[in-house]
Amino acid sequence: MMSWTHNLWRKLSRLIMLGLAVLMVGCASIPAGVEPSPHDPWEPFNRSVFEFNEGLDTYLLKPVVAAYRFILPEFIREGIYNFFSNYGDLYTALYNLLQGKPGDAFNDLMRVAVNTTMGLGGLIDLATPGGLEKHKEDWGQTLGVWGVPAGPYVVLPFFGPSNVRDTFGTAADLESDYLFRLLPNVGLRNSLTGLRVVNARNTYYEAGDLLDGAAIDKYSFVRDAYIQRRQYQINEGRDDEESEIPVYENPYQ
Amino acid sequence: MKTYKRISQSLVAGLFLISGTLFAQTPDQSTPPDALIKMVVTEVMATVKSDPDIQKGNIPKIVDLVEKKIVPYTDMRRTTEMAMGPNWKKATPEQQAQLSLEFKNLLIRTYSGALSQLRDQTVQFKPLRAAPDDKEVIVKTVVLGRGDPVPLDYRLEKTPNGWKVYDMNIMGVWLVEAYRNQFSNQISQNGIEGLVKFLQDRNKQLAAAKPTN
Repeated sequence: MMSWTHNLWRKLSRLIMLGLAVLMVGCASIPAGVEPSPHDPWEPFNRSVFEFNEGLDTYLLKPVVAAYRFILPEFIREGIYNFFSNYGDLYTALYNLLQGKPGDAFNDLMRVAVNTTMGLGGLIDLATPGGLEKHKEDWGQTLGVWGVPAGPYVVLPFFGPSNVRDTFGTAADLESDYLFRLLPNVGLRNSLTGLRVVNARNTYYEAGDLLDGAAIDKYSFVRDAYIQRRQYQINEGRDDEESEIPVYENPYQ
Repeated sequence: MKTYKRISQSLVAGLFLISGTLFAQTPDQSTPPDALIKMVVTEVMATVKSDPDIQKGNIPKIVDLVEKKIVPYTDMRRTTEMAMGPNWKKATPEQQAQLSLEFKNLLIRTYSGALSQLRDQTVQFKPLRAAPDDKEVIVKTVVLGRGDPVPLDYRLEKTPNGWKVYDMNIMGVWLVEAYRNQFSNQISQNGIEGLVKFLQDRNKQLAAAKPTN
């Protein structure tokens, strides 16, 4: 237990150090005249980390993913996607159980059972066409379901949009992740982590370009979308879903 | 496995074509909102999947399809008005018309880009939860296919000309909400005229860009 918390703190403090380094490199200021958002009191800091992440994506991650798409045929990329998706389903089952959704947890376990056996170790997703719906849960969502407030919006270096609660959530996700942390073979572990990052970026390769085209101010677009999406994910499966429909102030004229 | 997949795919495509020609229904003013969404989405999906030009990423052709098959069932002026919030009343009627047009074009272009990436996805229509006298409803769908399922909800309003879509929720994000701050930020920096110009420039830029796939 001690070493667990110790590790968590070490990782968190490393993140914070990185963030500070980014901050020193250049603190982007809020564009003049922009109304500060109540969810985003650390906007100048967040904007500079956002710029750092954007640069990393443009000059490193996206070119790597472009090469990945060029080299590997689609069915292999799909197999890789399915493999990590199946692995994630196991954790999703656990989080759904912790969130008090045993029905969903059972569904997720069935998915893992079907895809790991008949789906050749998770390379093929037979569960989705078979009617077992895919869910995706993480620690941040679980904490949210338990009633932990989101706190201010934070942009994490490398990980992107987050908030205070989800920063702890992400640290806990990493800490409890077998492939990322506990796999004995270090070389394999690092390769798998790299592949996972590339696979994750690949899932929104085209969508990312569309977002760039649609955004007026990408920073606040991503921020507002993230805040909405997390709230939606936390409320998912509740009976009072209808209450989340936003009320727009101007009546029809 | 692969041949089976291919056979079933062409079977499905064939069925789509048949149902498209035999039961081609055009929604009218009395069409209930869930049936309207189902008709429009089914028809557009079938067209996108069966048209090789669209599959190759012929954006002008998709834009044309969207203009003809989707735009008539939307109220983009209302979308723009909602996204503008209190700034809407500060805009002149000409500016309101320009903003609606440019925002519509930006959304159509983005939507067309997403449509061009449709391959073997299917759409699941969720049962409508609404009272018969509701003036506003949410029609929920989920797009299944490659990657994680994408929840896609449509917010419709009853108008004298039938139900009209004026907001969309993609993976939990309402379109209007996602644009409110962006609009007001741009307006507080460069005024309403600045926002009009920004949207005009962006649309020109996107129209000039070469298709990526």
